[in-house]
Amino acid sequence: MPSSNVDKNIKSSRVATPVVRINSAERPASVVTLPVTAPAPKPADREIKLSVKDLVIGYLDKKSGHTAVAVDRVKFDIREGEFVTIVGLSGCGKSTFLNAIAGLVQHQHGEIRVSGKVVSGPGTDRAMVFQKASLLPWRRVGRNITYGLELSGMKPDEAREKASYYVNLIRLNGFEHHYPHQLSGGMQQRVNLARALACDPEVLLLDEPFAALDAITRELMQQELLELCEKVGKTVLMVTHQIDEAVLLSDRVIVFSARPAHVLADVRIPIPRPRRGEIKETEEFRGLVHQIWSIIEGNANVGGGI
Amino acid sequence: MSLTVIPKSSAAQREKIVNFLLGASVIVAFLVAWELVGSLALVNPLFTSAPSRVLKAGLILIQDGTLFQHLAVSGTEFLLGYGAAIVVGFPVGIMLGWFKGINASFGPFIAAMQATPRIALMPLFIIWFGLGITSKIVVVALSAIFPLIVNLQVAMSTIDADLVRVARSYGATRWQIFRSVALPTSVPFLITGLRLAAGRGLLGVIVAEVFGGSQGIGYMIQYAGATFQTDKVFAGVLLVAATGITLDFTLERLGRHYDRWRGESAVH
Repeated sequence: MPSSNVDKNIKSSRVATPVVRINSAERPASVVTLPVTAPAPKPADREIKLSVKDLVIGYLDKKSGHTAVAVDRVKFDIREGEFVTIVGLSGCGKSTFLNAIAGLVQHQHGEIRVSGKVVSGPGTDRAMVFQKASLLPWRRVGRNITYGLELSGMKPDEAREKASYYVNLIRLNGFEHHYPHQLSGGMQQRVNLARALACDPEVLLLDEPFAALDAITRELMQQELLELCEKVGKTVLMVTHQIDEAVLLSDRVIVFSARPAHVLADVRIPIPRPRRGEIKETEEFRGLVHQIWSIIEGNANVGGGI
Repeated sequence: MSLTVIPKSSAAQREKIVNFLLGASVIVAFLVAWELVGSLALVNPLFTSAPSRVLKAGLILIQDGTLFQHLAVSGTEFLLGYGAAIVVGFPVGIMLGWFKGINASFGPFIAAMQATPRIALMPLFIIWFGLGITSKIVVVALSAIFPLIVNLQVAMSTIDADLVRVARSYGATRWQIFRSVALPTSVPFLITGLRLAAGRGLLGVIVAEVFGGSQGIGYMIQYAGATFQTDKVFAGVLLVAATGITLDFTLERLGRHYDRWRGESAVH
C-alpha cells in the first residue's frame, strides 16, 4: 500500500475537521447521548461469533533482528450478525491483526475463537476479502467465485450451485464466462466478495476492501456492501483507514492505537438500519466521524505515530 | 448487446496487405537474383546452386526415396530426444522452482551443465553410445532440456504471491496451491520452453549427424557437401529450416490458445 495514499486520506480528514468541529461544539462528543430512533440493531444476547482475548502478535524485524510487537493485548468480542470495523493509522498493525484472525499470521499470546472453536490456522469458518481482488486470471468469473469452495473439496458443479445465490445477490449473473481482465476494478472486487461469501463463512473478514478503487467506485461499493450485509446479516470484521466508510457500514468501530496496536476505543454506531449513503450528510454521522478522528489524532500526537 | 463494434478499418487491412507484399517481394527478389547469378554464368553454379536446381534435386531425393529414409531417421532421433527432454525437463524445472532446497542443491550443477556446449561432448557420446541413433538422441535431449528447465524454474518464481495468500486463506494445502496456482502459471513458460527446446533440438539432430553417422538429414547434407553436390546441400538445409518454422509456428499457436485469458489476443 503506497503511503502517499494514506497521507491523502489523513489530509482529507483534516480538511474536513473544521466543518466537523463546528458541529462538535454544539454537542457533547459522547455517542451515548445521541438519540436512538430505532431499537438497538444488534441485541447483546446474541451468540458470540468471534472472540479475541489478549492477543499479542510479534514479528521479526529483519533489519534489526529484534522481535517487535505489532499487536499488543487486543481483546474484544463480535456477536452474530454484527458488522465491526477496525480503524487506525496505516501501519498500526490492523492488517496484521486481521491476518491473524484469518489464520495466516501466528500470534504469540492470547486466543482467537470463532463460534467457540480456537483458531490455529486458516479455515472454512472464515473467509477473507483482500484489498487486491487477486482473482485467478486464467479462470473465468464463475470458477473464480467457486474457488474457495473447490479448495474445500467440493466438485465444480456442486460449488456453482451453492454459489449461485451470491452470484445473484451481488448481481454478477451474466458475467460468469468473463475473464477477470475483462472486468473493471469494482467488478473484480465484487467477484472477490462473492468468492468469500460463497464459502458461507461464520465470519467474513474484509481487509481494506475498497482501498484500491477510485473514489466514485468506492462510494458505490460501500453502498452495495451496506445493502448486501443488511440483507444477509453476516458477521463481518473489516479493517479500513477510511473513517466515514467505517461509520457508514458498522455497528461498532474499534479504534486501534499506533503500533503496537491496542484498542483505544470501541465506538457503537447507533444509526438505525437500513442505512443509505445519504446518512453521510447528517450531523449525527459527521459527529461520529469526528469523534473517531479525534481519538486517532490524539493518539498519533501523543505517540508520535505519524 | 448494443456495444458499438468498430469494423476493422480498410486502412489497417490495406497496411497488412502492403506489408505482406513487401516481405514477399524481398524473398522473391532474392530467389530471382540467386537464379540469375547461376544462369547468367556470373558464378559457377557448382558453388552457388540455384532455386531451380535445388527444386530439381529435392524432387529427385523424394522420388528415389532417400529423403524419406533420412527424414525417418532424423525424425525418430528428434522426437525421442525431444520427448525425453520434456518428460524429464518439465518435472525437474518445476521442482527446482518450487522447492527452495532442491534449487539450492542442484541449481549450480544445472547452471554449470547448461554452460557446457553439449555438441562438444559428441565424441564422448559416440564412444559411449556408438555411431547409431542413440548418441544423437542423447545430444537432442541434452540440447532441448535446458531451455525447458530454466523456463519452468523461472515460471515458479513468477507465481503471484497474492494468489498464494488467497489460496492459503481458504485453507488450501500445498498440493492444492501447486495445482490451482503454480501449474496454470507455468503454462506460458512451458510453451516458450518448448519453442526454444524445439529449435535447440533440431540443431542438435543436424550437428550430431554431421559429426558422425551414416544416415539422417544432417549426414545427407554433410555427404552432399563433401561431394560438391551443392543442390542437395541446399535442399537439405531448406527442409530443416521449413521444419523449424513449422514447429515454431505450431507451438506459438498452441501458446496463444492457452493464453487467451490474458486478453491482448482474446479469442471468443
